Amino acid sequence: MKKLMLGNEAVARGAYEAGCTIAAAYPGTPSTEITEYIAKYDEIYSEWSPNEKVALEVAIGASIGGARAICSMKHVGLNVAADPLFTVSYSGVNGGLVIMVADDPGMHSSQNEQDSRFYARSSKVPMLEPSDSQECKDFVKYAFEISEQFDCPVIVRLTTRVSHSQSSVEIGDKENFKLKDYVKDASKYVMMPAMARRRHVEVEKRMAALREFSNSSELNKIELDSEEVGIITSGISYQYVKEAAPNASILKIGMVHPIPEKMISEFASKVKILYVVEELEPFFENQILKMGIKVTGKQKLPVMGELNAQLIAEKLFDRKFEASQVQAGQPIPVRPPVMCPGCPHRGMYYVLKKLKLNVSGDIGCYTLGALPPNECMDTCICMGASIGVAHGMEKARGSEFRKNTVAVIGDSTFIHSGITGLIDVVYNKGNSTVMILDNSITGMTGHQHNPTTGFTIKGEPTRQVDLELLCKAVGIERVTVVDPFDVKELEKVVKAEIEADEPSVIISQRPCALLKSVKFEGSRKISREKCKTCRACMKIGCPAIVDKKDHLEINPALCVGCKLCTKVCSFDAIERMDS
Amino acid sequence: MDKLNLLIVGVGGQGTLLASRILGTVALKMDFDVKVSEVHGMSQRGGSVVTYVRFGKKVYSPLIEKGEADLIIAFEELEALRWIDYLTGDGKMIINEQEIDPMPVIIGKAEYPENILETLKAEHSIYSLDALKIARRCGTIKAVNIVLLGVMARLTGIDRQIFVDAIHEVVPAKVLEVNLKAFEEGYNYHN
Repeated sequence: MKKLMLGNEAVARGAYEAGCTIAAAYPGTPSTEITEYIAKYDEIYSEWSPNEKVALEVAIGASIGGARAICSMKHVGLNVAADPLFTVSYSGVNGGLVIMVADDPGMHSSQNEQDSRFYARSSKVPMLEPSDSQECKDFVKYAFEISEQFDCPVIVRLTTRVSHSQSSVEIGDKENFKLKDYVKDASKYVMMPAMARRRHVEVEKRMAALREFSNSSELNKIELDSEEVGIITSGISYQYVKEAAPNASILKIGMVHPIPEKMISEFASKVKILYVVEELEPFFENQILKMGIKVTGKQKLPVMGELNAQLIAEKLFDRKFEASQVQAGQPIPVRPPVMCPGCPHRGMYYVLKKLKLNVSGDIGCYTLGALPPNECMDTCICMGASIGVAHGMEKARGSEFRKNTVAVIGDSTFIHSGITGLIDVVYNKGNSTVMILDNSITGMTGHQHNPTTGFTIKGEPTRQVDLELLCKAVGIERVTVVDPFDVKELEKVVKAEIEADEPSVIISQRPCALLKSVKFEGSRKISREKCKTCRACMKIGCPAIVDKKDHLEINPALCVGCKLCTKVCSFDAIERMDS
Repeated sequence: MDKLNLLIVGVGGQGTLLASRILGTVALKMDFDVKVSEVHGMSQRGGSVVTYVRFGKKVYSPLIEKGEADLIIAFEELEALRWIDYLTGDGKMIINEQEIDPMPVIIGKAEYPENILETLKAEHSIYSLDALKIARRCGTIKAVNIVLLGVMARLTGIDRQIFVDAIHEVVPAKVLEVNLKAFEEGYNYHN
């Protein structure tokens, strides 16, 4: 049976068909849906872990315990999980262990454009890369087999266009994988120097064997056609090449590490001009050049952003696709993402902007507060960074600066890696003010549960981390919980906490407006009679309130009726639609 | 019809993903190869969003490039203007007559372009309608996407029963009825 599936959904299907029984992940675009789809299979234990490092550790434990396990993350998540990755490469596995990593060329939803293929090389772990949904499913099944055959984890790399494209997939049956025996073996699983030295020898032997395997593996395929032009490519770039150069010979690499060197030499000998088409870094190109083969890649193609068929045709073959004669003919305003109508973060930013504070930011929907109209965030580096960064600023610039600075961090991000920053502040005598934006869900990635929500990935009730108690337990004595839509109270609290000569936490608590449990009273309108066009309501930066120059208007199709605007209006000019 | 390159453009949150899911299912039912490329994550939060849907004997790239779209379904007028240069010379566009001001317009840093429909209609085959009004009449403003699919079904001449079957497969049971009604309204809409 054929079914249309997202690449991420096909990965989940592949894990299911391979008899995988354990899945752990931290959500991150474009990888999130892998584990959401896996969680729909009753046969697979699935969890949202607090962060990617823990997720990989859980998967490693499951593998050593004899199960087939999968762990998924976005590219920057692999940085967090890099510590266990480099050592599980040495210890190897028992049940198959597959690590899914989704890169984001073009940075549709990410803070950098790193190329995760280098992780495979530096951790000496094989890596596969599918180019459509069918291959997503097939390669995941291959990955489990390779993992067990070569006693190592296997990384499967996706990119946004593979993760988030749907194409048809042939559904197969579930393999009946039996839990392997658990065998105590400290020489393999306790990585201390004496054991690790011996394991490193095994790793090198394994890499030699994998290099041979790559040359004969059906994961790598030669499609011979023109003797003039040959193109070495992989992943989504393969699809673009097929359209940009329909007659070229192609070597499609499915096993991107280690590369099939013999196959590459053979392919190179059959064509006159050889190109490498790969997104981001010259990963294949530099290895092929090192083999002494003349090849062109990044001289012509960019190292930034995504590729596409037109770009490849133009840069490699000077061939322009027939350009459209259709032109817009007038300037088109950009439409950047904005915080939703009813978003709890809006009340918080209204206050921070009013108080003209420095804001050390973090990763989540609230990062949108850096853009107009809020323009209220000074820094955003990585998950959990806001607290450490605020602490560093205080140590560099002193208490006067600190009294004008807050760190803002979401509930899920705080659990991910903010808590360690907070412990640092307490331990090293900092006085930062940290605002935990508790909206009862992991928002930006599309509503995933986390340890503070009280529910598991499968929607089952579970114990809930009490943020207030947690902050107190690490030594924060000043912890205040406040509703960010009570802007007067929030302003009072923020003023008091930044002045305090000790560290403090403000838990800004209000659920995400998109949660089904959140009910508002219906959209509002602005009374033309009562409104003095003072524009105080414009300061909250709501996309539903529109400045029509001579008057202000609420767009009823956007307004959800959160009433934040009514709290900043001094003239009671904002009322119910039916009043 | 032996192939179709279709762009669905709009504002994050307008239901473009459900529309593309239905279209992918329609393509499979017609025994086409199909690829659908979506946008998830940050840009979905009220930003400009685009979904590419490609049917054909064999489809490689999931992307559609400038000048290659046979049909564009625009959920909002400014987005129609933004993506018009993706249309082929003789391509068609279906536009929902709705304006959603982007933030630069809301805060007065840019102007919402005037007379978008007239500008586009002067040079292209444009089918425009107030799908929001029709959807509201059917029972939910969320059905704008299905109203527009109804218009598309008639315009492309694809067997309407294939669409109806696809809607049955993709749309959750509790909102099926209102969506089927929205599809019929779109299908039977006349300027």
